[in-house]
Parts: sequence; C-alpha cells; structure tokens
Amino acid sequence: MADHVEGQQHPISIYFWIWGLLFVLSTLSYMVDYLQFQGYLRWTLIVVFMLLKAGLIVAVFMHMMWERMALWCAILIPPGAILVFIGLMSAEADYTFFTRLVFFGAAP
Amino acid sequence: MAESAVPLAPGLRGIAADWSSDQRAFKNVPWGKAMMWIFLLSDTFIFSCFLISYMTVRMSTTVPWPNASEVFALTIFGNHIPLILIAIMTFILISSSGTMAMAVKFGYQKNKRMTAFLLVVTAIFGASFVGMQAFEWTKLIVEEGVRPWGNPMGAAQFGATFFMITGFHGTHVSIGVIFLIIVAVKVLRGSLDEERPGFMTGRKGRYEIVEIMGLYWHFVDLVWVFIFAFFYLW
Repeated sequence: MADHVEGQQHPISIYFWIWGLLFVLSTLSYMVDYLQFQGYLRWTLIVVFMLLKAGLIVAVFMHMMWERMALWCAILIPPGAILVFIGLMSAEADYTFFTRLVFFGAAP
Repeated sequence: MAESAVPLAPGLRGIAADWSSDQRAFKNVPWGKAMMWIFLLSDTFIFSCFLISYMTVRMSTTVPWPNASEVFALTIFGNHIPLILIAIMTFILISSSGTMAMAVKFGYQKNKRMTAFLLVVTAIFGASFVGMQAFEWTKLIVEEGVRPWGNPMGAAQFGATFFMITGFHGTHVSIGVIFLIIVAVKVLRGSLDEERPGFMTGRKGRYEIVEIMGLYWHFVDLVWVFIFAFFYLW
C-alpha cells in the first residue's frame, strides 16, 4: 500500500453519484424522443440535458472543478469561438436554403 | 527571483532554450496532463467542425431530413422501440466513464489489482460500444441502403454526415480501447511502481498516466453526449 497519497483524491461515492445522475439525465433525454416532444420544447430539453451531462463529466469525472483557474480558463474559454462559428454558418445555411428555394423551386 | 547569470542563447538554440526554461503555468498539474488537455481542446475543434458542417447541410437542404428516431429503431421480441440501440450505447459509454473515474482513484492509491481490473472493464465496455456501432453501420448499409452520397429516406447528406461523425468518434473509442489495455498491462506488471520508462519515451512511469488516459476516455464520452443530442435526438 501507499505510504502517502498523491494526485486527485476524492471519495468514491461522488463518482457513483455522478454516474447515477448521468444515467437519469440520459434516460430523460431518451424520453424526449420516446414521448415524441416536438418543436421548441424538444430542442430546449435536448440542449439542457446535454449541457448538464457535459458539465458533470468535465467538472467531476475530468476533475476540472478541483483544478486551478489558470487551467480551466485555458481549456474552457477557447471553445467559445465555436459559438461564433455556429452563428456564421447558420447565417450561411439560411442564405443557401433561400437561394435553393429561389432557383430550384418549391419547399418540402 | 534574480535572473540567472547565464547569457541568453541566440537563434534556434535560443528558441529551444526559451521554451524549455524552467517555467510552469499550470501549477499542481504534471505537464503530460496539461498537454492532454490541450490535445483535447484541439480535438474539440475538430468535432465541432464536423457537427457544424452537419448543421449547415441539414439547415440548407430543401429535401426532408430522415427521421433518426425511425431510422435507428429496432424491433425486439416483436416490440418496435425507437432509437433503442443508441440509448443502450449511451448507457454503456457512461458506465465506462464511471469505471474509468474509479480506476484513476484506485491508481493514485497504488491499488494495482483494482486499477487494472477497472481499466479492463472500461476497455470491455468500449469494445462492446464499437461492436454495437459495427452492427448499426451494417444494418444501415445493408438493410436500409444508406450511402455517403444518398439514401432512400430523404436528404442525401444524411449518409455523409452520419458516417463521418460516428466513424470519427468510433475511431477515437477504438484507439482508447487499445490504450486502456496498454495502461492496464503497465499497471498490472508494476511498471508504474518501479517507475519504468515507457516504450516510446524516456519519462518514468507514474500513476498520473492513468489519469491522463482517463481524461481522453471521458472526452470520448463527452463527444458522444453532443453527437447523441444533435445527430440522434434533434
């Protein structure tokens, strides 16, 4: 056995808790499809459950909540640029869709 | 602290000396772990590019997008259940993340047998995930006739984005399974206790490699959370 303990040490119960929570959240997001929710309700629920799951994995399983701020700023801020990219590409996709309607005819 | 009296080297030698000088931005984090985080950040951008291109083609097509709920439905014992295979794959990957997190904990306690056992369980979960994905691909290609350039259900871009995104993710899982087995062998034969250097590196073996392996594995699970939400549920 170790004479001293180093690195990330947290009670094992927290991993079981997060594991259980991830199971519950996955079941809930599956139910969104199973119960056939549609429209904005569906999209909102999908994104909320997705972000909760992602947050739990990064914060606890990847130990980000116990790291120093220098690390989590370096890793978690740059993906913010992706939001800008999503905005640009959705504007582009809308434009493509519009020109396809104009030049190729009827909508679905 | 006082500057050292050694003069700074010019040119290429200077670049190497400057970048390797004794500085540390991420306190309490071994550099191998910091580098894994930075690799995962770059991987985040790659997967984002795939998912954003999927969004772009799905938004811009005038043909209806195939209904994932129906495409990935299975009939089990006469019951038609929508999206069931994908739900099972999701639970398997989450379970593998749970066993991986515990392997990291037992690793830092230097409990060799539990660490190796949990790593092998994680690898088995990962391998079964890849197996189910192979089943899913076979069903889609052989029975449903989905191709990267078209399919009978709707928008032609469905196949291209599906094979690209899930294929790249499945490759990540497969590579993860191989490395999980390598790390499990290292743990079991005591390479980390004896600080034996690895095959391709002169660095001493330490239990932090279990945590670095864990970061990669949790990332694979994290990516699946986004694929599940955007590709299968949306």
